[in-house]
Amino acid sequence: MTAETIIQSLASGLLMGLLYGLIAVGLALIFGLMDVVNFAHGEFLMIAMYATFFLFAFFAIDPLLSVPLVAAALFVFGAVVYLLIVRFAVRAKANAGMVQIFSTFGLAIVMRGLAQYFFTPDYRSVTHSWLGGKTVSVAGIFLPVPQLVGALVAITAFGALYLFINRTDFGRALEATREDAGAVALVGIDKNKVFALGWGLGAALVGLSGAIMAIFFYIYPDVGASFALIAYVTVALGGFGSVFGAFAGGIIVGLVEATTALLLPPSLKAVGIYAVYLLVVFIRPRGLFGSM
Amino acid sequence: MDTAFAERRRRDLVVACVLAAIAAVVPLFVKDVYVQNMMVLTLMWGALSQSWNILSGYCGQISLGHALYFGLGAYTTALLFTKFGVLPWFGMLGGGVISALIAMALGYPCFRLRGHYFVIATIVIAEIGLLLFHNWDWAGAAMGIEIPVRGDSWLKFQFPRSKLPYFYFALALACVAWFVTWWLENSKWGFWWRAVKDNPEAAESLGVVVFNSKMGAAAVSAFLVAVGGSFYAQFVSYIDPESIMGFQLSLLMALPAVLGGIGTLWGPMLGAVILIPLTELTRSYMGGSGRGVDLIVYGGLIIAISLARPQGLIGLFSFKRKEAAR
Repeated sequence: MTAETIIQSLASGLLMGLLYGLIAVGLALIFGLMDVVNFAHGEFLMIAMYATFFLFAFFAIDPLLSVPLVAAALFVFGAVVYLLIVRFAVRAKANAGMVQIFSTFGLAIVMRGLAQYFFTPDYRSVTHSWLGGKTVSVAGIFLPVPQLVGALVAITAFGALYLFINRTDFGRALEATREDAGAVALVGIDKNKVFALGWGLGAALVGLSGAIMAIFFYIYPDVGASFALIAYVTVALGGFGSVFGAFAGGIIVGLVEATTALLLPPSLKAVGIYAVYLLVVFIRPRGLFGSM
Repeated sequence: MDTAFAERRRRDLVVACVLAAIAAVVPLFVKDVYVQNMMVLTLMWGALSQSWNILSGYCGQISLGHALYFGLGAYTTALLFTKFGVLPWFGMLGGGVISALIAMALGYPCFRLRGHYFVIATIVIAEIGLLLFHNWDWAGAAMGIEIPVRGDSWLKFQFPRSKLPYFYFALALACVAWFVTWWLENSKWGFWWRAVKDNPEAAESLGVVVFNSKMGAAAVSAFLVAVGGSFYAQFVSYIDPESIMGFQLSLLMALPAVLGGIGTLWGPMLGAVILIPLTELTRSYMGGSGRGVDLIVYGGLIIAISLARPQGLIGLFSFKRKEAAR
């Protein structure tokens, strides 16, 4: 193993890690807002990938162009899911935690079934796109262009989200609602509207990731499941509810995955991520950046 | 112990005996193999969910990683049998003990975690187990293990000709899981668990040893689930990592309890009786096309039931029980 291979895989790990962070940040946002874990998060990613694929297959829209379209579509989808399902799940008085887990998990199963029904279990891919298959070389390190663009989109999205939460009225309403959902009602903020927008925003973020990932990943009904578990680990590693934690968690997860792949057979590369998660929470039970 | 509570417990026991007796004669009249198979699975998942309920329902430590113990039970039995010719009964016991020990070893660091951190830790640990078995060549790696037929006897726990012996073992397992729950419900442990679930700090201050009671619940729960896994390995006679340690198994264990009523004595069995036949029927009538209609129906039902009856379906049957069960 030369220094070059190590730097090479750490660089790709970093790029992939930013994308993991982008997948996870929507989850973190929703959790921070209302203490709910969306167990259908992976399926949100899956439909974003399919949407990108079909825009490409039917209208020849390049995945790069569909990024904003898919994000907007997922925004609407997320808000609708909140209004139709999650709104009722959070109202449950008995077993609230289990109701949230199982209603969103039920949604995940339905979405997977619908994807199988309408799109068949076949593997699909975007056969040719502007970015697909291209690499650039930086100081002797080869970086795949799609992942590079994904990383740029992720950094931009994190920056935009930061400004959005800190500089806009809605962002302030979001922050206020996560601080004290009861008190905001008194000053005339409609809690339901804020939650719906939060879900829309969370889904839009995973929509961004899905559109990018469609460039270099196979698309099939179960594709979300493996990424969802990584997303939960990413969020928990950073500390539930911390948007910055999701960003940092994503980078750590990407680097750990790349390092593990160097040391262990490829089929075991996820073990490194899981082991680091356990190590972190055993030492800091609320994650790296979660409030203790 | 007040008389109403003692009365309820006596009634529970009588009802359980009557139901078990009825269940025992059903397959004598229902000869259809498909239906018998469905009954075996219903009893098995009922037993598994009942065992899961001890840790997650009564003690409040929601585990979505119980597939690990199921898989350990199945692997211990299958490996001992195929590699060393050890009778499945010893494999069952060994798998149970190994699982209980591992559950306690894992509980040692994990029980410090709260809420979602604990849930994700359980998922992640089971996933690590799955990946390790996936890559463990001696244990068949991804190909799994085929358990050869070496007889047709209770001694070897193999019955290639009939489903009935499997049915009676599954019934016995369900009865044991139920009885253990019933017995523990009124023991020192049962009261500790409910105290730990409701308010760990208060329980601690009243002298409940929170950590030890979680460990006890984990050990009992894992042991019973592993026995279920051993049974399943013999029943299907082919195991591979994905089908006995996959995440969906952990969910399948939790679902009956959640639908029936989590943390209640009857919830898991009620949930299994409704859910498992439903799963099997949607799968055989709608899943054949391989087009996911069964998933749509199944997922839709999970959403509908969990939203409509968060306390579980058992609430529809009992009037005073819900109060007493808390």
